[in-house]
Amino acid sequence: MTDIRYLAPRTLDEAVGAFAAARGAARILAGGTDLLVQMRAGAVRPGLIVDIKRIAEMTSIEETADGGFRIGAAVSGAVLGEHPRFGQVWPGVLEAVNLIGSTQVQGRASPGGNLCNASPAGDSVPAMIAADAVVTVQGPDGRRQMPVAAVPAGPGRTNLAPGEILVSFTLPPRPRGAGDAYLRMIPRTEMDIAVVGCGVNLTLRDGTCTAARVGLGAVAPTVLLVGEAGKALVGSRLDAAAIEAAAAACRAACRPIDDKRGTIAYRTRIAGVLLKRTVGIAADRAGRA
Amino acid sequence: MAKLHVSTTINGEPTEFLCEPSQSMLDVLRGPLGLTGSKEGCGSGDCGACTITLDGRLVCSCLVLAAEAQDREIRTIEGMAEGDRLHPLQQKFLEMAALQCGICTPGVLMAARTLLEQNPDPTETEARFWLAGNLCRCTGYDKIIRAVLDTAAEMREAAR
Ligand SMILES: Cc1cc2nc3c(=O)[nH]c(=O)nc-3n(C[C@H](O)[C@H](O)[C@H](O)COP(=O)(O)OP(=O)(O)OC[C@H]3O[C@@H](n4cnc5c(N)ncnc54)[C@H](O)[C@@H]3O)c2cc1C
Ligand code: FES
Ligand code: FES
Repeated sequence: MTDIRYLAPRTLDEAVGAFAAARGAARILAGGTDLLVQMRAGAVRPGLIVDIKRIAEMTSIEETADGGFRIGAAVSGAVLGEHPRFGQVWPGVLEAVNLIGSTQVQGRASPGGNLCNASPAGDSVPAMIAADAVVTVQGPDGRRQMPVAAVPAGPGRTNLAPGEILVSFTLPPRPRGAGDAYLRMIPRTEMDIAVVGCGVNLTLRDGTCTAARVGLGAVAPTVLLVGEAGKALVGSRLDAAAIEAAAAACRAACRPIDDKRGTIAYRTRIAGVLLKRTVGIAADRAGRA
Repeated sequence: MAKLHVSTTINGEPTEFLCEPSQSMLDVLRGPLGLTGSKEGCGSGDCGACTITLDGRLVCSCLVLAAEAQDREIRTIEGMAEGDRLHPLQQKFLEMAALQCGICTPGVLMAARTLLEQNPDPTETEARFWLAGNLCRCTGYDKIIRAVLDTAAEMREAAR
């Protein structure tokens, strides 16, 4: 009934070659927690599946000499969580990745799959945007880098060119006094899709905020970088007025949909509430870093 | 369409099988391999009835392609007891009636075993979160959690 082919190349060049040659009929397989569900539902019918998990660069985590991190696109949430240092340096990114699904889903789900699936509610994406992570992609024309926020194009669509594969995430070195956090609002306590997700990454020096980035999920067709919210925090001592201004910027950035999980009004309001709570956690962590 | 030939290890036994490229590990376990302990509740990663370990990691076998098993190590519920000797979790589930229809039980046991291997003294909250991907429509979860925590206490005692 099928004429699907399955390949598990050992090198990135082989993977890109096969992926590009299939001209859009192929799908990359990382953890499969989106792809195999979609195939089973009949929503996706690839002619070729390229499993990237046997490529070392895709499944490794590396702390770079300058103190940054390089995370392979197909690293699972469980493996990232077991890294001895990553969660200390980027607790917000880790908590966002680890919120994806159950223990079993964590055994497979990757940040690369979360980003390339391009759901507006993908939990790791706001935290990665707040962290100012950059992705490396490789295609038939070689390698290029782009900020995480530039990858999603709309629900289920990315700005990767035909034949391009997401290779890794690079997170910058951390200054002293930096902290990040991610919170999502869901109607249950586990195993649900974000109604709103908020990632905050900020730096404090002697109590003054010197840098801040805010990512917002599930309130627009793509996850958003809310530049105005970051700006409202920088230069302040994170007093109530500055935090309220950042919350207002988050509410203003929302272009959500109405659905069974939340109305437009509810999502917009929650975006501001989550911003405040997430800033509180990130600031706490920054104070200790 | 040519089938794929896969060599893998299941419950310690070198195993070979043929599969379609799009076939799930769960399908191959339950079909050609006759290992019907892993159950299919949803086929979409939500219920955990199909839980196995792949190179020691808990996964939903309905969301793993059988072809991915090449050169990997798989453990299923069939490998949990040693001959007639039940694993302490299995024994405790029977004693405490932590199952009713039993469809969720193989997956719950696989997940609980990995929990206790990694964390011999979980809190109730830790156990509940760890098992959040194992749905049960019968027990209301309470007996399952009690049985897991009781087993953990017993295994700690036995290890002293
Ligand atoms: C029960 C369950 C619960 C879930 N809960 C959550 C949740 O709480 N939050 C959440 O955000 N998501 C959730 N998800 C969705 C899913 O687990 C995540 O989106 C996950 O991060 C996807 O990663 P993956 O490695 O499994 O991706 P895959 O399914 O392998 O891939 C996803 C898509 O991205 C493409 N792709 C993957 N890697 C690459 C690459 N390197 N380059 C180019 N394209 C690529 C694939 O072709 C596919 O289209 C859940 C899923 C299940 C089944
Ligand atoms: S059958 Fe695999 S999770 Fe339900
Ligand atoms: S005992 Fe019936 S589903 Fe759990």
